[in-house]
Amino acid sequence: MIEIIKQPWHWLVAGTLIGLIVPLLLLIGNKKLGISSSLRHLCAICIPRKIPFFQYEWEKEIWSLFFVTGILLGGFVATQFLSDPNNIVVSEATKTTLAGYGITDFSQIMPVQLFTFDNLFNLKGLVFFVLGGFMVGFGSRYAAGCTSGHSIMGIANLQWPSLIATCCFMIGGFFSTNVLLPLFFKLI
Amino acid sequence: MKNLKYLFVGMFFGIIFIKAEIASWFRIQEMFQLQSFFMYGVICTAIVVATVSVWLIKKYNIKTISGETITFEDKKFSKGQIYGGLIFGMGWAITGACPGPLFAQIGSGFVVVGITLLSAIFGTWIYGYFQNKLPH
Repeated sequence: MIEIIKQPWHWLVAGTLIGLIVPLLLLIGNKKLGISSSLRHLCAICIPRKIPFFQYEWEKEIWSLFFVTGILLGGFVATQFLSDPNNIVVSEATKTTLAGYGITDFSQIMPVQLFTFDNLFNLKGLVFFVLGGFMVGFGSRYAAGCTSGHSIMGIANLQWPSLIATCCFMIGGFFSTNVLLPLFFKLI
Repeated sequence: MKNLKYLFVGMFFGIIFIKAEIASWFRIQEMFQLQSFFMYGVICTAIVVATVSVWLIKKYNIKTISGETITFEDKKFSKGQIYGGLIFGMGWAITGACPGPLFAQIGSGFVVVGITLLSAIFGTWIYGYFQNKLPH
């Protein structure tokens, strides 16, 4: 059994399990799947600075911080105890493109040549950690949700604004991967 | 602790993120280069399963385990979904992570992603600060 779990999971298995998190959260406490709002709660708790957007009863939303802490722990457990020793499965075409950017190490879930503390204080760090992170946080709040809250929960609840948001997520992603990243890798 | 159960659901989510390699920067590039069906398969399956579940809960008026009525809210459309959505999407492909996988990546040992997370929190704060001045 444990050997089966250790292999990389099929998309059908992963998709089904992720989809089931929606009813699970609803059934155990009437909670709507959504992750980016946890970042808003953190702001409301730590640095509200009398900004109206951060004035609300965040005490009622503490569950969401437990949820994201769980995700972090889950990442730890999966990597420490359930990991597969083989390289990550990525299509050959993608490997070729990435090799053109100097990314050749596929041993871990993230490119170790990019996501390392060595890059923290250079342009790569500025783009991939600081700028990228800022866009994820700013954009998801501006859109009032991210992939979980809009693309899964919102669409499942037949909300057309969520469908529009999801289309825009995809357009933005296609633009970054195919236009911005080649440019970044050429410049930095 | 009534919130502890959410920690366990989160752990389950985090394990899926890593084991299905959804939290992988490589997988995100592969998806946006249209070179693999994998991520599309995951997202579409998740949407189908979630949609059927929500439909069943509504149709049979299913309650929570403690007997509470399950409520759904409508999302209001604003141009934020377009502008914010595009910005988020661009960030998603750069970092290789939407907010959930960010936490999973940190847990999996990429501590440097903590900087990305801090930056995302800062981005959220800046949105809150300028909310009234932004087009919606």
